[in-house]
Amino acid sequence: MPQYKILTGNYAVAYGVKLSKPQVIAAYPITPQTTIVEKLSEFIEKGELKAKMLRVESEHSAIAAVIGAALAGARTFTATSSQGLLYMHEGVWMASGARLPIVMAIVTRAIFPPWNIWTDHGDLLDQRDTGWIICMVEDNQEALDMIIQAYKIAEDERVLLPVMVGLDSFILSHTATPVEVPDEDIIDSYLPAPGENIHYPKISFENPLTYFNLVFPDNYMEFRYQIQEAMNRAKRVVMEADMKYYKLVGRRYGGLIETYRCTDANIVVVSMGALTGDVKEAVDRLRDEGYNVGALKLRFIRPFPEEELKKELLHKKLVIVIDRAISFGKGGILYTEISSALYEGRFREIPVIRGYVTGLGGRDITVDDVITMVERLITRLESGTLTHGWEWFKLRKEVVE
Amino acid sequence: MSVRQLPIIPISTPRIGAVGKTGKWRIFKPIIKQDKCVKCLQCWLYCPDAAIIRDENDNVTVNYDYCKGCGICAHECPVKAIEMVKEE
Repeated sequence: MPQYKILTGNYAVAYGVKLSKPQVIAAYPITPQTTIVEKLSEFIEKGELKAKMLRVESEHSAIAAVIGAALAGARTFTATSSQGLLYMHEGVWMASGARLPIVMAIVTRAIFPPWNIWTDHGDLLDQRDTGWIICMVEDNQEALDMIIQAYKIAEDERVLLPVMVGLDSFILSHTATPVEVPDEDIIDSYLPAPGENIHYPKISFENPLTYFNLVFPDNYMEFRYQIQEAMNRAKRVVMEADMKYYKLVGRRYGGLIETYRCTDANIVVVSMGALTGDVKEAVDRLRDEGYNVGALKLRFIRPFPEEELKKELLHKKLVIVIDRAISFGKGGILYTEISSALYEGRFREIPVIRGYVTGLGGRDITVDDVITMVERLITRLESGTLTHGWEWFKLRKEVVE
Repeated sequence: MSVRQLPIIPISTPRIGAVGKTGKWRIFKPIIKQDKCVKCLQCWLYCPDAAIIRDENDNVTVNYDYCKGCGICAHECPVKAIEMVKEE
């Protein structure tokens, strides 16, 4: 029987890791990620998880240690946030370039300066070109479930790419909610035994190999091509992992995206992470007021769900994209990516796409805020003055002008 | 015409002497003074090219075919039993 526990997002991640049975964990503490590896250390101390915990001197070393362990064929885990993730950046590319199925939890946190420990998706979205599969969860239950699914996806022969599972700092990481912890036997039947059936050439004393060789211009592009192809194949693998999990555990999330009351909606609000819960609540309230609104949760940023987004959004009147990050000199990152997907190869009518950049550095975005965002745009849509573009929301402009 | 298939990752199998006798690159040559050696094996441990040979009695000698003369062994030796001498 599954157990029901009251867990913070970080502890939910730790339980997900425990069930996935990694053999090597390496991490360096950084707020707000620390309690994930603290809990894992506790599991190891108590003998509940048989893994080697490497306490390293930096995040750069943490990723290097899990890369080394993965090269030897071990199932590995690490976790970090913000500055730690940026410090790892070189190794992040090394892990995907070496096609190692490492799983890493990212507790999203704003980037300095100025110092700020609260949620913001800038750190996670900064990794979007690295060749890692990147997903973001909405609640603590999904955090636990996605860690397990991440191993399923990463280790698949068709994929062999590392996976980042993102969760919002504090809103999820330090907030306790009821979480169902699946049975160990069920997860054992879902995931392959750790360290067995490795689909990449592993290093051992009997079989020494040189990884990370010099590759000349006549071959480099082909290695890049193979990562892109693996990303394309991963879309299907994500769906399969979700379906198999559903059959065994009874929960499913819909794969690359999740839709909520979208079928008959003419306005759809797109968001990512914990904020989606508030968006769904706002959708319910707006529906009560007679607006045909739906919510779309972007679950994966890489591979990017272009086909799914086109299918769900192209025939709508208005698409509102809420970004918790900004690309300086351009604008909302998800807004840009979604606009590009919906414009691609289409010259007929597409919906008005409006972006909001908001909630940076943990600025609270409530259900009422989401309702205001939607209502403000509906007024402009009806008066015929709404065009494509993005704007700030909940910005205290008066203090900077 | 057949084309060699690439793996998904660039890997190769290391083999001794793949780029020839790298000892030729040497400018300074390590000379081990066996009478001073205390068999601590620091030179063997630190040599980045595995060019210090250790026998069953922990006596150490240098493989001059591959020693590039970096001098790490001489630097690490706690009893200064290794001297770096300019190659003629």
